[in-house]
Amino acid sequence: MTPAFLIIAVLTIVAAAGAMTLRNLIHCALAVAVAFVGLAAAYLQLNAQFVGFAQILVYVGAVAIVIVFAALLTRGGEPSSEAIFSKTWFAGLGVTIAVLGVLTWAITRSVVTQRETAPAPEVTVKQIGDALMTKYVLPLEVIGLLLTAALIGAVIIAMRDEVKK
Amino acid sequence: MSEFDQIFVTLKHWLLGQLANVVPGALLPVLSALLSIAAIIMVFATLFAIMTILERKGLGRIQNRFGPNRVGPFGFLQPAADGIKALIKEDLVPRAADKVVHLLAPVMLVVPALLVYAVLPIGRNMVAIDFDAGLLFFFAVGAASELAVFMAGWSSRNKYALLGAMRAVAQMVSYEIPLILSTVSVVMITGTLSPVKMVEAQVGQGGWLPAWFVFTPWGFAGFVLFMIAANAEANRSPFDLPEGESELVAGYFTEYSGFKFALFFLAEYLGLFAVSGLGITLFLGGWQAPFPALEFIPSWAWFFAKLLGLIVLFIWTRGTLPRLRVDQLMNFAWKFMLPLALINLLTAAVWHYMPPGSPRWLVCSGMVVGPYVLLGRGLLAGKHVAKRIYRYAE
Amino acid sequence: MLGEGIIKGMAETARNFLGSYVSAERLTTVQYPEERAPQIENARQFPFLVFDGQDPIQGLRCVGCQICEKECPPKCIYIVKSKDKRADYKGQLQLYPATFDIDLSVCMSCQICVEVCPFEAIKMDTAYELSTTDRFGGLLVNKTQLAKSNEHYRKIHPTDAAVSDTVLAAEVAKAQAKVKAEAETKAKAAAEAKAKVAASAGPQPAPALTV
Ligand code: SF4
Ligand code: SF4
Repeated sequence: MTPAFLIIAVLTIVAAAGAMTLRNLIHCALAVAVAFVGLAAAYLQLNAQFVGFAQILVYVGAVAIVIVFAALLTRGGEPSSEAIFSKTWFAGLGVTIAVLGVLTWAITRSVVTQRETAPAPEVTVKQIGDALMTKYVLPLEVIGLLLTAALIGAVIIAMRDEVKK
Repeated sequence: MSEFDQIFVTLKHWLLGQLANVVPGALLPVLSALLSIAAIIMVFATLFAIMTILERKGLGRIQNRFGPNRVGPFGFLQPAADGIKALIKEDLVPRAADKVVHLLAPVMLVVPALLVYAVLPIGRNMVAIDFDAGLLFFFAVGAASELAVFMAGWSSRNKYALLGAMRAVAQMVSYEIPLILSTVSVVMITGTLSPVKMVEAQVGQGGWLPAWFVFTPWGFAGFVLFMIAANAEANRSPFDLPEGESELVAGYFTEYSGFKFALFFLAEYLGLFAVSGLGITLFLGGWQAPFPALEFIPSWAWFFAKLLGLIVLFIWTRGTLPRLRVDQLMNFAWKFMLPLALINLLTAAVWHYMPPGSPRWLVCSGMVVGPYVLLGRGLLAGKHVAKRIYRYAE
Repeated sequence: MLGEGIIKGMAETARNFLGSYVSAERLTTVQYPEERAPQIENARQFPFLVFDGQDPIQGLRCVGCQICEKECPPKCIYIVKSKDKRADYKGQLQLYPATFDIDLSVCMSCQICVEVCPFEAIKMDTAYELSTTDRFGGLLVNKTQLAKSNEHYRKIHPTDAAVSDTVLAAEVAKAQAKVKAEAETKAKAAAEAKAKVAASAGPQPAPALTV
């Protein structure tokens, strides 16, 4: 565990915790953005430049903006008066511990841990691009189609009022 | 290469060599980075000062005024006076403002604006980090400034500020798409995301013109689209609705005063220089001289000469064009810029696969001019464009 | 075609830019501290009190009637009446203002004080460089600072001053005529009374000469 990883991990976890516990909705959204940046830093630290930058570009540049806009347009910036923890928090805690236990048990018993870990491959952006355009071209196109359909759908939803008139 | 060309590189190496005797070796990379950072901050902050005075004087002359002419010879020390004024002004924070976010917003805006310079090659061997995915880094970091703008507008608890922030974010998100799409054509042709390699791809002469991408049909169209989108990204006139003085006081930084206000200006201009620098790198041959005969002038001087040229262009357009309306702004982005940028990708592909020669030129020029004319006709078709008649004024 | 207008506009601004270096008529700016634009006659800035004669304080036309104080919309005039009286320009005994202050920072140059004054005592000045380094005391202008001669008024607003002078001259003439008429009626009355006395008292003494 390098110091850099430690800093990034602490930053990400604190930001994520803040996103859950802060009272003001916009503050939560900003904390989420910080958590996104922390994740991106973690990717960069693993030498995954493309994923790291794409994470910032997409999540901080677009998703965080969508979140704050949604928070702003749907309700006021006033902090809610409800309690942060729900009344059944102990039940949630129980479920969490149970899931954690099962997962830990499964992972330690898994055959994967017995295998030798291969050295991390050096992947350049060029290789990612080549792979996307050759081996994975069909999934890429399918995703593109899906997104286009979603885009057109959004436009049609936004247009409906005008058509009615 | 001449020594003058590499003078700053040599200087840095010499400095590091000297420092190596005093500090432990483990610190040297940090020091090297610090040196680059200091140089970038100093040079571009100075450029910011120069641009403010050039802009004010230029706009003045365009409007047949003198512009600032009191401080120093011909008023050229005005930025110093402005800086001192900004520093000694009272720093006001509205009582209802969200203090922490209000404080963080200008910082969050300046940091990405400075970070993007890391990947700009401002001369031969003069780039802070030679990333493989430099272009991606540029846009990723630049996208973070949208959140800062939103933070500034929201935390001020002011309706004008919030409206300005909403407008700014909507505008930046919309124009980021043509901005990135226009650069993708260069990525397609060069096959790399590294700005350094992109400059290298434009070495030499193509016929009597330098082999810069702006001198190809797709490159020219891409450059124009890029510059328009860059203008919008920087919130400058005619796309300055987010801070339209006549309607929103100062937009998202209405509630800032003193040095924080100056920071907003700094970030805006730094962003403008950065995006112009990227435009130079992508389309105008980066730091290269246009002709081999002119190569005795150092590469960094060429970069800054081109940058100054673009700055003059920005000032000129600002002095000429009136502000758009919000609907015009969005229509322009989605109905004009986006289709042209997409068609331009196709043009770049055609250019790549056709053998060099005049047929290629003809086909690609047609692919650029045709859609432009048709789209222009289509958009103007239902519009009544005439001299406005005022009912009450006049 | 699309973009044509932009090119035309750019050419126009370029012409302005270059033209401003070539032809001086394009630059209409007046470089203020060194040059000044000529003032028009109806310019008005801040009121002053008119005095006649040599002594600014003794010669003030103001009689301290406080009409302007009541009418001033932002209430920036402060007047304290005197206890004693002194003769005004007509020779009539009048009060005078013991204190007359105007707050420069509050005055809005509306000229209402001038319009309501029945004595032609307060007029608008054209001086506009009124800044001081003391924003409290320096902006409270007192009687001594406000007093300016009628010659000054004639200089800055010749037309208005001429009107005001005729009004005052007419007033003086009227007052004199009235004095004269009163004196005459008095004299007449005296003469008549005397005549009556003489008539009733039989033999007449030599008639007394009255002026
Ligand atoms: S000009 Fe108007 S505001 Fe000023 S003192 Fe006279 S009445 Fe008052
Ligand atoms: S200036 Fe005129 S109105 Fe005002 S107190 Fe004197 S005489 Fe009266």
